[in-house]
Amino acid sequence: MTQYLLAVHMVDGQPAPEPAEMKRMYSQVDAFNKELQREGQWVFAGGLHPPSTATVVRSSGGDVVITDGPFSEAKEQLGGFWVVEAPDLDVAVSLAARASAACEGPVEVRPFEKLPE
Amino acid sequence: MPAAAHELQRTFRAESGRAVATLVRLFGDIDIAEEAVQEAFVIATERWVADGVPPNPGGWVVTTAKRKALDRLRRESSRNRRQSESAAMRVNDAVRDGETSVTDDRLRLVFTCCHPALAPETQVALTLRLIAGLQTPEIARAFLVPEATLAQRLVRAKQKIRAAKIPYRIPSDAELPDRIAPVLAVVYLIFNEGYAATSGDTLVRRELCDEAIRLARLVVTLMPDEPEVQGVLALLLLTASRTAARTDERGELVLLADQDRALWDRKFIAEGHEIVRALLQRNCAGPYQLQAAIQAVHADAATAEATDWPQILALYNQLVALLPTPVVALNRAVALAEVEGPATAISVVDALAIDDRYVPLHAVRGELLVRLRRNDEAAAAFGLAESLSKNETERAHFRRRLAAVTA
Repeated sequence: MTQYLLAVHMVDGQPAPEPAEMKRMYSQVDAFNKELQREGQWVFAGGLHPPSTATVVRSSGGDVVITDGPFSEAKEQLGGFWVVEAPDLDVAVSLAARASAACEGPVEVRPFEKLPE
Repeated sequence: MPAAAHELQRTFRAESGRAVATLVRLFGDIDIAEEAVQEAFVIATERWVADGVPPNPGGWVVTTAKRKALDRLRRESSRNRRQSESAAMRVNDAVRDGETSVTDDRLRLVFTCCHPALAPETQVALTLRLIAGLQTPEIARAFLVPEATLAQRLVRAKQKIRAAKIPYRIPSDAELPDRIAPVLAVVYLIFNEGYAATSGDTLVRRELCDEAIRLARLVVTLMPDEPEVQGVLALLLLTASRTAARTDERGELVLLADQDRALWDRKFIAEGHEIVRALLQRNCAGPYQLQAAIQAVHADAATAEATDWPQILALYNQLVALLPTPVVALNRAVALAEVEGPATAISVVDALAIDDRYVPLHAVRGELLVRLRRNDEAAAAFGLAESLSKNETERAHFRRRLAAVTA
């Protein structure tokens, strides 16, 4: 089994969805999360506050420097994610397809490195 | 190259895809498989040249490569006991009950190479390397990319296959239609790059066409019941049948209508026709089959004047319905010009939403405008085609057409 990150990105400057739309997406995502848990593929999932709430911390030689985030200047920032467990990419992709339908946006699939034994 | 070494290379290339595929199944890792097959090749260079090619070269390569891979795993397991011993044990089991489904091994690997999670140019490079047995420098030369770039592309692809676990699996019946499409696209892309080289000095890069036909034949043996797979093979054969007639003795481009049809390859045509006839009886038309049927109609005509254009237009009408792209519509317009005249065709062409950097658009417009005696506009079209094309043979052709209409 491999763990995969299913990442959802938000684009800076894009208007937030209407409340009714938000409600629909939340309930779709909630239903998908329950399916993942039932099917044993769930590891973790969560939605993030906007990038403007981020803080960057750098520690070197005992000095800790704190700056206002986000780290990356990119327009596209991580908005939320799932961590799922799947036997191969085809299964992970089929989960991502359901995730994408639930959150109504593109989903990036990325494998986790194996933890050293 | 001495005869024995040449024979060795030919045999090895023919067998290497099979061997790599079998070892990928047994060891679950492309690098291990490739390295072991390479080692087997080195041993073959010594043994085969001295003792002659063994009666079953394919079996010899698989057995030798398997032994090399097991040696490597054992070496690694003494270094890193706990982890690799169990791996080697699993492999041993697999080796014992293996070797049955060689065809399936290659088919599995084709679907891995052409997995939609890989970029199309990566799919092409991986397929040529792992299935067709081409070396990295050969592929780099064929696609005119620096060797280092191609090598890196292959390394990254193999990393992705391993890390993301792109499976070695034949897709289920439900997935198959979607998953065959990239396989056929890869074969067709390789052929097209050879048949109408987008850049370079010669129009045709024969070795790529040959490789694509070889791959298409292989895919046909792997999936004999898929009509579109047969359609691709027929399309490649019928198109390739005209290779010798497409350039004259000075290397200049010769258009279909002006070609010396005696130079067409009758063996390719006969084989292509036979496939198209069988496909017509099955009557489940797809884009590749229709394109093959169109080429079959061209091949049927003893002279350009004898071409059954209404039949070609009818096939294009079906093709446009299945594949409503501007490029197909442009090709259909060429047939339309023959049936209903250039005036109808040019109005269709000018209404197309097509990328205006697409060279054939200006070539077709130029020829239609010549027939309509709108020479100034034709000259402008040929001039555009000449400036946009990156193939020297093609550019020379457009310069001649331009000179002819401005004379």
